[in-house]
Amino acid sequence: MGIELKMPALSPTMEEGTLAKWLVKEGDTVKSGDILAEIETDKATMEFEAVDEGVIGKIMVAEGAENVKVGTVIAVMSGEGEETHPHPHPQPHPQASGEPVAQPAAAEPLAAASPLPPVGEAGGGPAAKSANADPAIPAGTNMATVTVREALRDAMAEEMRRDGRVFVMGEEVAQYQGAYKVTQGLLDEFGPKRVIDTPITEYGFAGIGTGAAMGGLRPIVEFMTFNFAMQAIDHVINSAAKTNYMSGGQMRCPIVFRGPNGAASRVGAQHSQNFGPWYASVPGLIVIAPYDAADAKGLLKAAIRSDDPVVFLENELIYGRSFELPELDDHVLPIGKARIMRAGSDVTIVSYSIGVGLSLEAAATLAGEGIEAEVLDLRTLRPLDREAVLTSLAKTNRLVIAEEGWPTCSIASEVMAICMEDGFDDLDAPVLRVCNEDVPLPYAANLEKLALIDAARIAATVRKVCGR
Amino acid sequence: MAKPATSRKTPAKAAAGDDNFELRSLHDAHLANPRYSASDAELLAFYEQMLLIRRFEEKAGQLYGLGLIGGFCHLYIGQEAVAVGLQSALRPGHDSVITGYRDHGHMLAYGIDPKVIMAELTGRGAGISRGKGGSMHMFSTTHKFYGGHGIVGAQVPLGAGLAFGHQYRDDGGLCLAYFGDGAANQGQVYEAFNMAALWKLPIVFVVENNGYAMGTAVTRGSAETHFYRRGTAFRIPGMHVNGMDVLEVRAAAEVAFAHVRGGKGPVLMELQTYRYRGHSMSDPAKYRTREEVQEMREKHDPIDAAKTELLARGMTEEKLKELEKQIRGKVGEAADFAENSPEPDPPELYTDILVERY
Repeated sequence: MGIELKMPALSPTMEEGTLAKWLVKEGDTVKSGDILAEIETDKATMEFEAVDEGVIGKIMVAEGAENVKVGTVIAVMSGEGEETHPHPHPQPHPQASGEPVAQPAAAEPLAAASPLPPVGEAGGGPAAKSANADPAIPAGTNMATVTVREALRDAMAEEMRRDGRVFVMGEEVAQYQGAYKVTQGLLDEFGPKRVIDTPITEYGFAGIGTGAAMGGLRPIVEFMTFNFAMQAIDHVINSAAKTNYMSGGQMRCPIVFRGPNGAASRVGAQHSQNFGPWYASVPGLIVIAPYDAADAKGLLKAAIRSDDPVVFLENELIYGRSFELPELDDHVLPIGKARIMRAGSDVTIVSYSIGVGLSLEAAATLAGEGIEAEVLDLRTLRPLDREAVLTSLAKTNRLVIAEEGWPTCSIASEVMAICMEDGFDDLDAPVLRVCNEDVPLPYAANLEKLALIDAARIAATVRKVCGR
Repeated sequence: MAKPATSRKTPAKAAAGDDNFELRSLHDAHLANPRYSASDAELLAFYEQMLLIRRFEEKAGQLYGLGLIGGFCHLYIGQEAVAVGLQSALRPGHDSVITGYRDHGHMLAYGIDPKVIMAELTGRGAGISRGKGGSMHMFSTTHKFYGGHGIVGAQVPLGAGLAFGHQYRDDGGLCLAYFGDGAANQGQVYEAFNMAALWKLPIVFVVENNGYAMGTAVTRGSAETHFYRRGTAFRIPGMHVNGMDVLEVRAAAEVAFAHVRGGKGPVLMELQTYRYRGHSMSDPAKYRTREEVQEMREKHDPIDAAKTELLARGMTEEKLKELEKQIRGKVGEAADFAENSPEPDPPELYTDILVERY
């Protein structure tokens, strides 16, 4: 029996990749450690090595194939002295770039841990298409399909072209092209003066960025993840957020701290945490946590232009997802405004960041049961769009908050307080929240899955407030 | 994964066998010419500035005692020669200055109006931060004085960021970043040293070693008490300077600033100085003897030394008395202004949180 060579998972969040190049051909004898192929992930080009000795039998996936899912058999190799047999599986048809991520292979632990709704279908009912149109985008605008990663990169590039004071600094942002490839290509276009690799020294470079902003520049400080920004939180809060106030309005600090936030996949407790509520509790900061590509781009551009310090929370699991993005010369969105992602009349689901996708998925399920949920994406966590929350509540009279984060002292707690303070008369049922379990995030796939929110839990909670 | 060791600027040559790097090269240059040859007018100006700081701080101490100043109030008495000697060699409005919470002296030495400083200390609406900053949090962007920071050591990377801005704009400016012997033990100081040296940022790091980190004598808190050596690991040249003689400080400043302005990267200066008062107004200073303080006051006072030198140069007692009177008048005026200005309007509570409206 031949040995199946499968598309490898080369990073914790990789779901698919491009088979860039075969370095062996059918009939070649290989030994352990030989490089068989080059595989492009969304982050980097990696070499794929042979683990066993044998002869390459059938190459199942041709060179240049894109969107080859992890776990797909790409070649069959015979062990020493064995005959090779073509593998009976049909070769999966490579998907066109940007198509929805389909049901992931069972071998892919990531998908099991945090189910990703099929993008574009997640909105469910027929209302979804029209309802999620952002009022800030003119009707009739052409839409392109881009990933969140590209949208963020384009936002930075456009603002750097527009304003010479804008620069990017952080770990691996330049030569490495970004640890998560978000800054890809920026070094080539803007050079090392404006795209600056720092040593691994978060507290130090957060302080340097903040000082540069105080001196009149407009830094974008990338944290490889916000988990590491804990080392630097003193400068984010004590130096950047408070100085305008403490100086009686003299000292501005127009800086953007950005990077991935929240649970990634199977990276354990120290690398998996949502800091949204932490930063959102601090007066003097703007906190943005977008979900889709259009918001990522439009809000990052707004953040870079803002005269206030901004914490911009991205999500690693969404970087590679594709969304529609308006083709506008200058797509800038208003900070502090929530967005109705799906209109509904029976209940409101308030969420942000990755929770929005899960909420849309839950709403699609609920629509099949006759519950029309309105999904509200907060987009900005501070200042929080109280009015949008209360307006939706007044319409549906029931509300659930879905948050990929701990329940205690959360954005969910805050939204519940808003509903009690100013929306009590509109409530037909208690406001409920769906959050991660109140535990450090475990590593084991099954436990991680148990700890994180998912669409099923959101749907179950919605049924509860709807009396079903 | 290891990244190729390249950087945006030519890094300081760190190859083994690089004998050209001399930690003490700037210090030796300073020793070769240890005292600045000030003109009479310059020396008089230094004396006047130091005396202004001294009298201002004494008045602040009195107002604190009367309950007019609250919270933490850290006086600069004894350390005047440091701020005056260094900042007299800067170009106000061009070079940046940043410091910690003991900031009154650095502000006065940069020509900021004593009235708005004192009014900030008393928490009045006319204060430089509209009464919302207090003693530790004062700024003047027009003077390029960037605070006034209350978190010990935070001003060091912030200062490196200001220096980064000078380099980015190529405006020829430098940043002078002050911190104390206590702050010198904060980790972020060394993170800033590393990047400043790596990128050759135009910054002068100044350790004002007044002997005590709050109540902890340097020997009890620091494994290496020669703070000018603390940049060695980053190939930052160090200078050890007598901070009790304004002309020695000024001479050292000339050497350090020329090095930095020449694009050669940062310098670390240790200024040996002494504070006569406690760490803050609430400090009974039980950790040192009265005799130690008396010894410094009587034998090493920078203002007395400048006065003696002025008299030796032929300045009359009358002229100096007249100057003293003027300074007392100026400080008295600042105190009156600070006492009589109204507190901030209650709506000020909600202003200056964000710049923009969202």
